[in-house]
Amino acid sequence: MWALIGALGVLSMNAVAADAGQIEQGKQVYQYWCWNCHGEGVGKPGTQALTAKYKGSKPAILDQRTDLTPAVTKIFVRKGVSIMPFFRKTEITDAQLDALAAYLAREHAKVQ
Amino acid sequence: MPLLPPNVSATNFSQAVSQFRAVVGQEWVFTSDDDVALYKDAYSPFWGEKEEILVSAAVAPSTAEEVSQVVRIANTFKIPIYPISTGKNLGYGGSAPNLSGSVVLDLKRLNRIIEVDDKRHFAIVEPGVAYFDLYRHIQEKGLRVQADVPDPGWGSLIGNALDHGVGYGFGGFRDHFYSHCGMEVVLPNGDIVRTGMGALPGAKTWAEYHYGAGPYVDGLFSQGNFGVVTKMGFHLLPAPEAYLTGTVIVPKRNDIIPLVEGGNRLEHAGVIGMPEYGSPLGGFGGPPDPELRSILAKPGGASVAELEQHAETTNRGFFSLTVQFYGGEKVVRAQWEYAKEVFAGIRGVKFNEGDFIKFPATPEQLEKAHKVAIGVPNMSIFTIGARSAFNPSPTDGHLWFSPIIPKSGEAILEAQDVFMKVFRDMNMPSLVSPFSVPATWMFRAFVFIMGLPVYRNNIEQNKKTRELVKHLIQVGAEHGWGEYRTPPAFQQQVTDAYSYNNHALRRLHETLKDAMDPNGIISAGRYGIWPKQMRGQTKV
Repeated sequence: MWALIGALGVLSMNAVAADAGQIEQGKQVYQYWCWNCHGEGVGKPGTQALTAKYKGSKPAILDQRTDLTPAVTKIFVRKGVSIMPFFRKTEITDAQLDALAAYLAREHAKVQ
Repeated sequence: MPLLPPNVSATNFSQAVSQFRAVVGQEWVFTSDDDVALYKDAYSPFWGEKEEILVSAAVAPSTAEEVSQVVRIANTFKIPIYPISTGKNLGYGGSAPNLSGSVVLDLKRLNRIIEVDDKRHFAIVEPGVAYFDLYRHIQEKGLRVQADVPDPGWGSLIGNALDHGVGYGFGGFRDHFYSHCGMEVVLPNGDIVRTGMGALPGAKTWAEYHYGAGPYVDGLFSQGNFGVVTKMGFHLLPAPEAYLTGTVIVPKRNDIIPLVEGGNRLEHAGVIGMPEYGSPLGGFGGPPDPELRSILAKPGGASVAELEQHAETTNRGFFSLTVQFYGGEKVVRAQWEYAKEVFAGIRGVKFNEGDFIKFPATPEQLEKAHKVAIGVPNMSIFTIGARSAFNPSPTDGHLWFSPIIPKSGEAILEAQDVFMKVFRDMNMPSLVSPFSVPATWMFRAFVFIMGLPVYRNNIEQNKKTRELVKHLIQVGAEHGWGEYRTPPAFQQQVTDAYSYNNHALRRLHETLKDAMDPNGIISAGRYGIWPKQMRGQTKV
């Protein structure tokens, strides 16, 4: 019994470690592909657009949001929105998109 | 049933796809509907219409050797392929081909920076390398060299140069094809050729001396369909020690003529970087001026005298020129003094000294700077089209209409009048005003560029945009102004206008096409060059 619990504990810790790694990878994807439009500072069209869209009701900087589920992120990346085009799998692979979605959902998961 | 390339059987297509997979790996051949939809033109003027260009598959090799094998397979099965680099040619076709059913050859995975030399000032890169990537590499290595960058930094150096893309820096560096040096190209038969000095095994100056020996062929591979470029060299600018701007303001409309003459004299002598013309009375996204609007709204339009009077009473001036200097601090300050002498003869001229940066720039200077002018890639150009307080209902994209006009004030005034009339004739709100100025990316010509709206859910508006572009192209050609670059939907019309001696240039291109690519597999229809078997049949 204790052995089983111990084994589960190891599995659980591995799962947490894997998630942390995935979120870190997602952060790197965000900084490479998203930040130049969605980051802080002047001349960021994505941040400008979300400022105008949400008028302060939600953070305009994408990785400060707490309401982005993985499914939502994936739709925007693969379908595009407004002048933002969709991204091909040679740009952001499915695995990288999973990581990006996990990163943008990290606060959402805590809120839940 | 998936879309098939024209005149290719399902069996042959299936065999070709299997062979593509054997070369590049299962995961780098895309055939599902969702995956191939990612190769649409995100700014297509035909979105949701039957003419919208769709692809049958995409293949993403990672080396020139793999590209060669894919091209040989395509030749075996006579499958049209369409190479893209980073696929970000938005406004000029994005990642979509000219011919529906083509297989996109996605070169994003060829993403190696082969060499950057900050003593002899050149780089050699692969097509998947974006301006952001090269900039990051240069910063991380602390190299004292600067690449000339276009507006969006996510584009490919090679893709941009091959489509005659342009940037914002010094002299000929801004013309990215002009400043390239040496290529590696996979020909339509799969042969890998290196041009210029690169043809010499062990060459030491592939990216420094353009020509090697014998005919110079690099131009064939720009805006063309004669091969797949897998490596390219570029001349780079030595990182400047300082940067200074100054603005020259003139009071009268016709002052644009001596203003451009002075700008040309300074630029062609290598004194200034890119000249930026403007009008203090109007421009992109400027705040509305109610008094000026009422003058312009008068029946019959505003007279020049009224506009000049408004410029004088508001103490703003009519036209402006911002000049940019790169080099040592003493040099750039002396150059600004000299520039002021050049314009001193214009009655009522005013001078404003602008930004001064001694590199490395502080974060505050960098934040405030026009980043592309100092070689820092970014995405801020999209703030013009993105949603904002001034633009609450943005479009879903844009097309560029990009006619080349002479580098003179007279040409600017004529282009204003001619294109304002087009909008009046079509009863559409004008994108051109008496304050409009051309873009100055080209070193020896202006481009009187306009961005026209496209939508993903408004077919009627897209039709109007297409009709407008067609009319603009026609009127431009009647005045001796041809486009330098255009989306696939208009490449036939644009190149039809280059018709000297009964389309002798088109006929030359077709002769070369038939010799180099007899199966017509590479980029069918690009810039009006169709394979023999499709010639005269396939018009977009």
